Amino acid sequence: MTVQISFTLNGRPTTVEVEPATLVAELLREQLNLTGTHIGCDTSQCGACVVHLNGLPVKSCTLLAPALDGAPLLTIEGLQGAPGSNQMHPMQEAFREHHGLQCGFCTPGMLMTAIALATEKPDLTEADVRHGLEGNICRCTGYQNIVVSVMAGAAAMNAAKGE
Amino acid sequence: MGEVIGIGAAPKRKEDQRFLTGRGNYVSDIKRPGMTAGVFVRSPHGHAVLRGIDKSAALASPGVMAVLTGDDVKADGLGGLPCGWGISDAKGVPMKEPPFPMLAQGKVRFVGDMVAFVIAETPEQANAGAELLNIDYEVLPSVVGVLEAVRPDAPQLFDDVPNNICCDWELGDKAAVETAFKKAAHVAKLSLVNNRLIGNPMEPRAAIAEYEPGTDRFTLWTTSQFPHVVRFLMGALVLNIPQHKLRVVAPDVGGGFGVKQFHYGEEAVITWAAKRVHRPVKWVASRSEGYVSDRHGRDHVTEAELALDENGKFLAFRVNTLANMGGYLSTFGPNIPTNLYAPLLGGVYTTPAIYCNVKVVFTNTVPVDAYRGAGRPEATFVLERMVDVAASEMGIDRVEIRRRNMIPKEAYPYQTPVLVQYDSGDPMGCLDGALVTADVKNFGVRKAASASKGKFRGLGYSTYVEACGLAPSRFAGRLGARGGLYESATVRVHPTGQVTVMIGTHNHGQGHETTFAQIVSDKLGVAFENVDIVFGDTDRVQFGMGTYGSRSLVVGGAALSKATDKVIAKGKKIASHLLEAAEVDIQFESGKFSVAGTDRMKTFEEIAGAAYVPHNYPLEVLEPGLEEQAYYDPVNFTYPGGCHIAEVEVDPETGTVTLVNYTAVDDVGTVINPMIVEGQLHGGIVQGVGQALFENAVYDEGSGQLLSGSLMDYCMPRADHLPMMKVATHSTLCTHTPMGVKGCGEVGTIGSPAAVINAVVDALSHLGVTHVDMPATPNRIWRLLQNASLPVAAE
Ligand code: FES
Ligand code: FES
Repeated sequence: MTVQISFTLNGRPTTVEVEPATLVAELLREQLNLTGTHIGCDTSQCGACVVHLNGLPVKSCTLLAPALDGAPLLTIEGLQGAPGSNQMHPMQEAFREHHGLQCGFCTPGMLMTAIALATEKPDLTEADVRHGLEGNICRCTGYQNIVVSVMAGAAAMNAAKGE
Repeated sequence: MGEVIGIGAAPKRKEDQRFLTGRGNYVSDIKRPGMTAGVFVRSPHGHAVLRGIDKSAALASPGVMAVLTGDDVKADGLGGLPCGWGISDAKGVPMKEPPFPMLAQGKVRFVGDMVAFVIAETPEQANAGAELLNIDYEVLPSVVGVLEAVRPDAPQLFDDVPNNICCDWELGDKAAVETAFKKAAHVAKLSLVNNRLIGNPMEPRAAIAEYEPGTDRFTLWTTSQFPHVVRFLMGALVLNIPQHKLRVVAPDVGGGFGVKQFHYGEEAVITWAAKRVHRPVKWVASRSEGYVSDRHGRDHVTEAELALDENGKFLAFRVNTLANMGGYLSTFGPNIPTNLYAPLLGGVYTTPAIYCNVKVVFTNTVPVDAYRGAGRPEATFVLERMVDVAASEMGIDRVEIRRRNMIPKEAYPYQTPVLVQYDSGDPMGCLDGALVTADVKNFGVRKAASASKGKFRGLGYSTYVEACGLAPSRFAGRLGARGGLYESATVRVHPTGQVTVMIGTHNHGQGHETTFAQIVSDKLGVAFENVDIVFGDTDRVQFGMGTYGSRSLVVGGAALSKATDKVIAKGKKIASHLLEAAEVDIQFESGKFSVAGTDRMKTFEEIAGAAYVPHNYPLEVLEPGLEEQAYYDPVNFTYPGGCHIAEVEVDPETGTVTLVNYTAVDDVGTVINPMIVEGQLHGGIVQGVGQALFENAVYDEGSGQLLSGSLMDYCMPRADHLPMMKVATHSTLCTHTPMGVKGCGEVGTIGSPAAVINAVVDALSHLGVTHVDMPATPNRIWRLLQNASLPVAAE
């Protein structure tokens, strides 16, 4: 048995037929070929799969696809800088600038969490960032450059808003 | 036109664009037409006789195409997984080397041991089929700890391995050590455990295999740190596939840390299965599956004794270690607790006599193999803990005792009593630098501030050396390596002057695409953006031993440097022809070939163009084309080292240890890209801090169940566990690698566990605590404080 769901995926109206038990992470990766959302665990601990549903960060490995119906979903593939340009999002730029990634596997989830953090609280402190990244594991970077990147990215997002 | 970006610069990484935008290409992202799904059925028992497998219900399950077991492996006459190192005991008796079948035969020896492989149209169908397999186990008692495993009445894993001892190995001059102990003014003793770890790269292992009957070729995509070695081992020794009929690809790999540098049974099973079902087969491990199948690391139980004279000079060091191998010998298994451990027990000190005995022991646990640092963190931990114990027993300051025994900078090259010769180093310089950066001077003030809040503050040192750039083939061969340890690179200059490099190392986070491009940009004077690095595909890259043991830049970078020199040499020949000058008069600088003392010159692009458009070209003496290759096999290991200082605060109410400051000053030789080196140091340190404070793989004795079998039970360091670290380099140059590089991938993990535990012990020393085993969890510390039954401070 499948159900039909319609939602906005990275700004585009999308309709798919899914098994009701399909996880959003699987739907994205297997059915929609958006493999930027990664799966790093089976216990909702690692955060590699974070996407934005209704503008809020969620772990797509624990969310069933029918929950998407009618909602906007943003994945790493939908991030962008100035509209109509090839630019990356300021948070992506900040990660590049401050070496906030190594193998890149945790990176999409980190970026989605980071953008949500910076959106929620514009004047992030180091402690806020460290606390806010609790649900995202990175095995490569030792977090230091991720923390620096998130703070720089948040500042850049603020500056962009102010313009 | 882009710019030349040279050695020592910190350009942003080339690889980042795809990772930041979700366009990386990891094995699990790959789809092949007609792809099927495979699921491994693994033993739920630590130790059991495999009495029979009834496949019928599974085979009748919807979508299931095949169920493969050890009997099928046998029927096809296939080999087991080879071990890459053969060690021997002091009398030259080789280690016991029982077969490691790719699917269990007769017995299972650890929870997670592979029993069957189920292939179906979809992963759900494969899982459903796997549930229906009827496997008859006769459960046997398991033994998981090394102390238990060597007892005469312990369960035996293999009939012909008495007491489960794979090898009773030793290194050093036992008699000299005994003599020195007799003369000692003081002998310090220490018993410790180096806890078992699970590497946990964030990308779980995965593989896809495909067989193409038209060309009789196999392709395996796998999460590997060394695709050529997988091709060699699997093709030649397991599946009997000729090398030219087998392509192994390791595309983007989400972290390795050693865990992905072995040839795994899954790779062999899936490749074999793809031909049997005539469809591509994909397998992606779950994280929980990784816990019981990724090779584990460390797991030593050690007794150490240090003999000192009345001034605190080290006279001799004696170490007895029991090292857990798990249920089988993995690719590098027996090499890690022996050759990569004992030769580092000299550390940065002048200890004249060292003896080490290692009993390598089988147990009913996941096989143990190399994990970041591999053997060297274990050596550093026992030595640096021992130094602190000796200092405190003799009442000598911990920095002072290190200074008294350190190899002075002028004494390099320095021959240790345990095989290795350090070519260069400056441990005292690293120590001095770290003391300043860590503001040790004012530690007392910070300690008093902590005390006023009822907290105990401690400071811990670790001054260490490692052997890396694993390497020289000849030396490794003497120690039991069954393969070579060189590296190769091809520099292909295109007719328009852009460059593609094919290199045998593998990039899984280390930034090779950037660092190697800097080397080429620097040496050839071509724009950084005009250099691409190709790796991880046996069809595109000539050969290579892959990435582990901090060997990529040290050995691979040297091969690249040599190949680049050959390009320049050939370019000079072409220029000499074009400029009608003698070859000896041609100079190459900043991307230009010129005739010395004149303004006649040709650009690198012009030379490249002429090489591929050989009109008017002396074809009798010069071949067209501009592509050169080099294989590099170094003369020695390299010896990075340094000084790490950890500062912790312990809350006696809860037993929680908080890392409050961390300083590392490391000697990594020449730094090609300081941004990348710093990132490697951060990551490495946190992996060592993870071992010291959080991570532990715990087994249940008797049943052999892994109790810490998921991210819920195995505590991984998270962002809010850590302070901002201060890392710096204080480098001496390696004297034998072309660029003076030493390697930086593991230094953090080698230096940090001892620094952190020394700090924890320091914080608790006023309560009479002399040692804390890793991980120093709140529970462990709290119990220690209760058992000390000493008044817990706090107003
Ligand atoms: S994959 Fe979703 S939290 Fe790990
Ligand atoms: S960059 Fe590798 S896990 Fe974070």
